Amino acid sequence: MSNGVASLSTQPAASEAAPAVSVNNLRKSFGNLEVLKGVSLSAREGDVISILGASGSGKSTMLRCINMLEVPDSGEIRIGGETIGLKKGRKGMEPADQRQVDRIRSRVAMVFQSFNLWSHMTILENVIEAPVHVQKRPKAECIAEAEELLQKVGIVDKRNQYPSHLSGGQQQRAAIARALAMHPKVMLFDEPTSALDPELVGEVLRVMRSLAEEGRTMLVVTHEMGFARDVSNRVVFLHKGVVEEEGAPTEVFGAPKSERFKQFISSHR
Amino acid sequence: MDFAFMRDTFLTLMGGVPLTLNLSFTSVALGAVLAMLLALMRMSRIKVLDWPAQGYVFVFRGTPLLVQIFLIYYGLGQFRPTLQAWGLWTFFREPYWCAVLALTLNTAAYASEIIRGGLQSVPHNQVEAARACGMSGFLLFRRIVFPIAVRQALPAYGSEIILMVKATSLASIITMMEVTGLAAKLISQTFRAVEVFIVAGLIYLILNFIITRIIMAIEWWLSPHLRRPPAIEPRLEAAHV
Repeated sequence: MSNGVASLSTQPAASEAAPAVSVNNLRKSFGNLEVLKGVSLSAREGDVISILGASGSGKSTMLRCINMLEVPDSGEIRIGGETIGLKKGRKGMEPADQRQVDRIRSRVAMVFQSFNLWSHMTILENVIEAPVHVQKRPKAECIAEAEELLQKVGIVDKRNQYPSHLSGGQQQRAAIARALAMHPKVMLFDEPTSALDPELVGEVLRVMRSLAEEGRTMLVVTHEMGFARDVSNRVVFLHKGVVEEEGAPTEVFGAPKSERFKQFISSHR
Repeated sequence: MDFAFMRDTFLTLMGGVPLTLNLSFTSVALGAVLAMLLALMRMSRIKVLDWPAQGYVFVFRGTPLLVQIFLIYYGLGQFRPTLQAWGLWTFFREPYWCAVLALTLNTAAYASEIIRGGLQSVPHNQVEAARACGMSGFLLFRRIVFPIAVRQALPAYGSEIILMVKATSLASIITMMEVTGLAAKLISQTFRAVEVFIVAGLIYLILNFIITRIIMAIEWWLSPHLRRPPAIEPRLEAAHV
């Protein structure tokens, strides 16, 4: 398979052919606990993939491996056709080239469960931070764009306030604007609504739905069955570190093949 | 009490304030640089860097500043020929530089622990968010870790600065004519210890009052996120998505 890809990459159409993200046979252990036992996943451009699973199934770990917040023990991660280099370090595997990781991270934005906005910066400063200092784009341009993005997520009037002054839902929408500001090729969402009060979940899901409709490539670890069913075009169910069920939402929710996934759906109604 | 005498004393002792402030700020500034270095050594998780830094902090926090001043000013005098050969004698001959050196080495030990505490208190999720945006190394330190750490460390660093202002009084022992030095000299001329020391104490109190206000102002300026939000700005029409 790798030969096929290599020969393709010499052709001009290679970038179209390469999946936006491909994860191949990923393994990761924390101490004696093997969290990922050979997970593979591939997302084409424009895919919205919901990653479901009980807690401890490895879904967050898998997502965090894609931008190297966790370094896998083995396996391969390719972003836009570029393989992330890994090498053996003193304590397990580590990235072979930090600059490559930084470059890839600036194209793969992440939205966290607990928002992780920088507390000492205003909302606007949060949004322009990486475009200005990592991507080195002109500040005026970044500010103009940031205001558009904040308008889009509905919190432009909060731009000069600090994260601690915002509700959870507003903070998460700010974090989504921060992610969008980097013009990411892929967006990773790590349980973006799990830390929110129930009445605030809707506002965040609406923003995510609009991103999906724009054709953005999104990998979403979530417990929101409605989102998985209605918004994503593919659902991946992880159980104990392996992909247990995978397919289009209508397929997997309509006729689940695995017993575990059946149980999981019925417990999340 | 003789208030006219106290007023004259006040004017005399004010002559020592520039030197007191000079010693304080020179040693705090140099000490901060050294402290930063020590804190980074301690957090490097590299034993050959961590252990010397730990040893340094242990020695300089564990021994009296007065002893350190004596060792540097009187003690190094024993090695005068060697120091002369190395061209360092012009430096160690001066009580001013000996005082600055002792104060700097001493405050660096305390301040490095304050800075280390500040750096360690930076929430992991803030660092992770920065990494996820492609920040690493010095950029991550400069933009995220350090600004958050400074805000955490500032209150403790403020008291360290005040301690240093008071510690400069020990420099009077090695002939420095700062506030306490002038006070001691005046007492030996007038034998009026109570008035002179009350005035000297008052001067330190005024200096430290001003310094605490400055530090409070900096804290206030650095922490808008901890205050109540300002009144909501006129609302731009929010797009509904």
